[in-house]
Amino acid sequence: MSATTIKTTPEQRLAKLADALDTTFNKKGCTVEQAFGEITLTVPRERLLEISFELYGSASAFSFEQLIDLCGVDYSTYGQVEWETSSASLTGFGRGVDRSSEINTETADRFAVVYHLLSIEDNVRVRVKTYLDSEHPMVESVIPVWPVADWFEREAFDLYGILFEGHPDLRRILTDYGFVGHPFRKDFPLSGHVEMRYDPEKRRVIYEPVSIEPRTLVPRVIRSDNRYMNEESN
Amino acid sequence: MPEIRNYTLNFGPQHPSAHGVLRLVLEMDGEVIERSDPHVGLLHRGTEKLAETKPYNQNIPYMDRLDYVSMMQNEHAYVLAVEKLLGIEAPERAQYIRTMFDEITRILNHMMWLGTHALDIGAMTVFLYCFREREDLMDCYEAVSGARMHAAYYRVGGVYRDLPDEMPRFAASDLKRDKSELDRLNGNRQGSLLDFIEDFTDRFPGCVDEYEILLTENRIWKQRTVGIGVVTADRAKALGFTGPMLRGSGVEWDLRKKQPYAAYDKIDFDIPVGLNGDCYDRYLVRIEEMRQSNHIIRQCVDWLRKNPGPVMVENHKIAPPKRAAMKSDMEGLIHHFKLFSEGYCTPPGEVYAAVEASKGEFGVYIISDGANKPYRLKLRAPGFAHLMAMDEMAKGHMLADVVALIGTMDVVFGEIDR
Repeated sequence: MSATTIKTTPEQRLAKLADALDTTFNKKGCTVEQAFGEITLTVPRERLLEISFELYGSASAFSFEQLIDLCGVDYSTYGQVEWETSSASLTGFGRGVDRSSEINTETADRFAVVYHLLSIEDNVRVRVKTYLDSEHPMVESVIPVWPVADWFEREAFDLYGILFEGHPDLRRILTDYGFVGHPFRKDFPLSGHVEMRYDPEKRRVIYEPVSIEPRTLVPRVIRSDNRYMNEESN
Repeated sequence: MPEIRNYTLNFGPQHPSAHGVLRLVLEMDGEVIERSDPHVGLLHRGTEKLAETKPYNQNIPYMDRLDYVSMMQNEHAYVLAVEKLLGIEAPERAQYIRTMFDEITRILNHMMWLGTHALDIGAMTVFLYCFREREDLMDCYEAVSGARMHAAYYRVGGVYRDLPDEMPRFAASDLKRDKSELDRLNGNRQGSLLDFIEDFTDRFPGCVDEYEILLTENRIWKQRTVGIGVVTADRAKALGFTGPMLRGSGVEWDLRKKQPYAAYDKIDFDIPVGLNGDCYDRYLVRIEEMRQSNHIIRQCVDWLRKNPGPVMVENHKIAPPKRAAMKSDMEGLIHHFKLFSEGYCTPPGEVYAAVEASKGEFGVYIISDGANKPYRLKLRAPGFAHLMAMDEMAKGHMLADVVALIGTMDVVFGEIDR
């Protein structure tokens, strides 16, 4: 196989893989999408482990022997802006920033877990994605397939509160000992909830509610006009 | 009969060989490691969350602070990801400059690794030698970007500016008053930056020979590294190893060759691989990588001399206009204002871009919802996967070998904790 990969172009390999993924997994409720020269395979969460084993290539045409990356995503504010660009605003730049928009944390597909797989043998990558609801963000652990998932799953649990069923040691990893909350969720403020300092009277480090005022330096805007992106520079 | 107990030993986070803030909880049976549990996150700054609140361009300086000994390679991965989203490509000269600085960075990183790795295992001199050469490359960083480490030199659509025609020189100071001493220091700084780099590439193979004389056949060095932390090729893949860690186990995989970016497909170089997958093989792989990097830099210097041209795309929705244009031209002023206040919006979608960083595959995954800030930014740090294998690699080794393992993994906490 490796001898042929040198002769094929990345586009050929990608097209071949997309076809193979589509024929194999279409009947299992998966969708294959191609964008920016990358393939995204969206998988129903009940079948994640089963499909992972097939992608790993124990008994199939695929050989994704490496899990490169695993991460959680919180989609609850996807597409929300802080500043209207389609209509004229009556207020100035700073006052025009709208930070009060509601975060809907009850959406059905609030969370996603994204797996980036690499096949060293075929020299292709694929992105596997599975959506989780906000009430029970739980998915099977892929450690039986790729042992490297261990810490990455701990990280996704720590930052997003996504649970991985069958993980042997699902502890927090990046945040402090005794940390409360899942900091990368969109309803967790950037400045956090607590700050710490040394209290000379109590002679120990104490935690207090955070004193930083939230502020926006550059408002988040979405401009649908991307015509110039594909144009030759003008 | 005396009672035999297992000890739990705390290693770090303030240990000189912990390479920063690694805390290891080791379960010991005498001097033999039974289990090791790395506690990471002491340097967690939430870079990915911070990036969600900043326009695309303002995130570039955060990238320098991830793996803070291979700064420009991190920028490269980020810039490539945004360029992929926007569907633009940097001009060819910028591609060569990026290639050259990626390799300068690789030498910087490997010299830091070699110096500290050797220092941990007890060889003091190598550290001093390595840092002597590092200083010259730091000067290249400074000449081109103004900063010795956190350069923010790669920009979306190219690089910040072209290479300088003049290499900064040492001035007389209280410490350097002697004229002959100054002339000696400034000897290779009379020409342009490219002249300086060329002079470096002439000297550097000799420097690598010096390191090798000190280490490669050194009996103590071999006793401390041969057969330590052996990882088979299959296990290395399963554990998510990339870069020299994977190649040390004999897997021929290098993104610069297999999925080329920048100008790597136009440049001649070899990928070294190891045979046994132990610390010594990984050492040999990295040493050879330094020689190959030197070879790549030399080819880039030759190309850059012959081919002047733009180093930034001309699209002023993405790249700032010239200073003069901004002062005289209304449109230039508007572009400048919009670019530095609001930034640019990317089309919605998700991309993953990876570069072969010194430590392994450094990847950037961006989800965009069409805004001027990333919706989600995930940084794939090679060291994160490598450190995860600590438990497996250290099992059955002595306590002193843990230090050799930390060294061979080349861990940097800026990228692991993010």
